[in-house]
Amino acid sequence: MSNQETVVVLSGGLSHERDISLRSGRRVSKALRDQGLKVVESDVNAELIELLRNLDNPVAFPTLHGGVGEDGGLQQALELLHIPYVGSTPSACRRSFNKAICGPLVARAGLVKPKSVVLPADVFRDLGAKQLVGAIAEHFEFPIMIKPVRSGSSLGATKVCSADEIAQAMVSAYSYGDVNVIEEFIEGTEVTVAVIEPEGEPVALPIVEIQPLSGFYDYTARYTAGETRFVVPADIPDGVAKACAEMAISAHRILGLRDISRADIIVRSDGTPFFLEVNSAPGMTETSLVPQAVSAAGWDFGELCAKLVGNARARG
Amino acid sequence: MEPSRHDTRLDSYLDFYADRTHGLTVSAVRALFSVANRPEVVSLAGGMPNIADLPRQALGEAVSKLIRDDGVRAMQYGAGQGEPFIREKIVEVMAEEDIHANSDDVVITCGSQQALDLVTRTFCNPGDVILAEAPSYVGALGTFQSYQAEVVHVEMDEYGLSPTALRQALVSLRAGGRAVKFLYTIPNFQNPTGITQPLWRRQELVDLAREEKLLIVEDNPYGLLCFDDDPIPAMCSLDGEVVVYLGSFSKTFAPGFRVGWTLSPHAVREKLVLAQESATLCPPVFSQYAIAAYLDNFDWRGQIKDFHDMYRSRRAAMLAGLAENMPPGTTWTNPGGGFFVWVTLPHGLDAQAMLPRAVSARVAYVPGTAFYSDGFGSRNMRLSFCFPTEEQIIEGTRRLGEVLKTELAIRATFGLEDDIAPKLGLQGPANDIH
Repeated sequence: MSNQETVVVLSGGLSHERDISLRSGRRVSKALRDQGLKVVESDVNAELIELLRNLDNPVAFPTLHGGVGEDGGLQQALELLHIPYVGSTPSACRRSFNKAICGPLVARAGLVKPKSVVLPADVFRDLGAKQLVGAIAEHFEFPIMIKPVRSGSSLGATKVCSADEIAQAMVSAYSYGDVNVIEEFIEGTEVTVAVIEPEGEPVALPIVEIQPLSGFYDYTARYTAGETRFVVPADIPDGVAKACAEMAISAHRILGLRDISRADIIVRSDGTPFFLEVNSAPGMTETSLVPQAVSAAGWDFGELCAKLVGNARARG
Repeated sequence: MEPSRHDTRLDSYLDFYADRTHGLTVSAVRALFSVANRPEVVSLAGGMPNIADLPRQALGEAVSKLIRDDGVRAMQYGAGQGEPFIREKIVEVMAEEDIHANSDDVVITCGSQQALDLVTRTFCNPGDVILAEAPSYVGALGTFQSYQAEVVHVEMDEYGLSPTALRQALVSLRAGGRAVKFLYTIPNFQNPTGITQPLWRRQELVDLAREEKLLIVEDNPYGLLCFDDDPIPAMCSLDGEVVVYLGSFSKTFAPGFRVGWTLSPHAVREKLVLAQESATLCPPVFSQYAIAAYLDNFDWRGQIKDFHDMYRSRRAAMLAGLAENMPPGTTWTNPGGGFFVWVTLPHGLDAQAMLPRAVSARVAYVPGTAFYSDGFGSRNMRLSFCFPTEEQIIEGTRRLGEVLKTELAIRATFGLEDDIAPKLGLQGPANDIH
C-alpha cells in the first residue's frame, strides 16, 4: 500500500453488540497501526459516507457484530460507494447471519446440524401459543436451545429443559428480534474453527476448545477474562479435528464467505461434529476466539489483518 | 510436528485477585448501555446533570485567572482533609438546608462517591450489614459490595424509609448476631425513586437511630434541587452525633470537578481524614480552588434557581409523556425535585428482559434490579429527566410506551400476562414502590 492509503476500521453501530464491536475495532486498529498502516477508526453513523468520500483510496475493515455489520447492509453500502473492504459480500453476510437461511443451506449441502425449527412471533399469535408450544415439546427431546435468528454473542439464548420453560424463553429471545430458532441441544465438546483466506484459498486455523466455567458460554463467559478456559488446539482426536476443520471450510464455501469466518461446532461424545453457526464478522477482542487461533497458527495478528487489507485493495 | 497444546483462561493473575473482586464480570445488560450513548437513542437512563447552560465563558476566565494568580498553590499538593477556605464555603452551602456546621468537621472527597468509599472502608468488615432503602442508589450498592458488606434492604412507603420496617430489620439482625454498621439513606428525591422524606419522618428516623445506637449515613446530592418547596432540614441538622452527612457539587454545579464532602462527628472525621490520606494523599486541590472561585464570584444560588426552572420543565415533560403513553397498569412516582421517576410496570413485565427491545426502539432506561442487591425490582425501571431535552423526553416516553405495549402483547400471546393492567384498572402517578 502507498502512504496515501487509509484503512478505515468500522465499529460500533447500533446493534446490541456495539460494545464488543468497539473493542474489536480498537484491537484491529492497533494491530494495523503496528504494521505501519494509516488507520482511521469510525463509528457507523450518518457521517461515515462523507468521511469515506474525503479519503484517498480508503479500504474499509468492518468489525461490526450484529445488525447492519453482519446482515450485509454495510457491505452493500460500501459496494455502492466503490470502497474496497475486508470480509464477505452482502449476499454471503445475509446467508450466514440469518440462522433461518444459514441452517437449511448447510444442511442441504450435507453438513450435520442439530434439528431445528424457525418460528416468527406472529405465528404464535395467529395459531395459538399453547398449541404451538405443545407441538414444539412433542417435536424435540429436552433440553433444547431457543435463540433469536439474528443475534450473536449468545444474546437472548436460553437452554430450555422442560416444556414449562418454553414460553418464557421465547419471549426473552423475541426481545432481540421477531424470529426465533428452536434447536435440539447437543451435549458435547464446544469448539470453534476460524477460517482465513490469506492467499485466496480458505485455510482452517487450529481448533479452539471452549470450556466455560459456568457451563454455558454466555455473554459474561465470552467477554470476561478468566471465566472460560480455552484449549488450543482442541483436545479432541485427530480424526474429529480434521472433520471439524473440513466442516468449517465447507460452511465457508457453501455460504460464499470471504477473507475470514468462524464456525461454531459441538462435538458429540461419539465424535460427531454438529454445525451450530458461522460468523462472517467474528469478534476480535482480547478474549475472542479468532485472535487465539491466529496466534496458535503462528501468524501475527497484525500481519494477518494487513494481509487481508492488501487482498481487499487488490480486489478493488 | 504436532503443535504444543495451549490451555489458558486469558488472565495470568486469576490466582492473585482479592476475594472482593469476585462477581466483577462483563454483563450483557451493561453492554447495552453502549448503544444508549448514540444520539439516535433517547437515553432516559443516565443521571448526568444538564450543565450546558452554565456560564462557561465566565468560568473559563475565572479558571484562567486562578492559574495565573494562584496556580502555584492550586496545582500543588494540599491538605488531606481538604483546603480550609473551601470547607468554610461548604458550611455556607449546607446552611441552606439548616445545617449549622463547624468547618473542622468537614472532609473534602473526590465526589460524594469517594465519601461513600471512605465511610464504608472505615466502618465495614467483610460480612457486616448495611441497611439501605429498597431500592437504593446503584453506585452505593457497588461500593458496599466491594467491601464485602451485605446490604439488607428496608421497605419504603410514600414518605420514604419506613421506621417500623427499619426497627424490625435491626432487631432481627442483631438478634441473629449480625453486626449492623450503618443505615444508608437518601432523604431528598431519592435515587432511584424520587421520593422525599418529610421532616417528621426524618425526625422519627433520627430518634430511632439515637435510641438504637445506629449510625445514619445521609447521602444528599439532590437536596437543593427542590422545584416545588423550600429545602427540608437535613437529618444531620436534627442530631449531628448520629449522622455522617455526604454532600456534593456534582448536581448543583458540575460533576467534572469531582468535589464532594463529609460532615461527621469529630471522632469519625479523624478516621475519615486518615482514610483519605491513605487513599489519595489529598483530594484534588485544583478542583477545590475552582469550586471556591465559583462560589465566591458567581451567583450560585441564582444558578440553582435556574436549574430548578430547567429541571421542573423536564419533569413536567416526563410526567406528561408517561400519562400520555404508558399502558394501563403502569404507575410512577411524582418527585418534587431531583432527577428521577420510578416506574412500576404492569404485572408480568420484566424491565431487564425488555431492555433489548427498548434499545432496538432507540430508548434506554435503567432496569429496577440494578437498585437492589437481592434480585428484586424486575417490575421497575428508573427514568431520568435531567439530561434529555423536553422534546426528547416526550419522544422517549412515546417509544417506551410502544415497547411496553409490544411486550405486553407478546406476553399475552404466550399466556404470561399474569394479571395485567386492564383487570386492575390502575393508571397514573402513584408512590408505588414494589
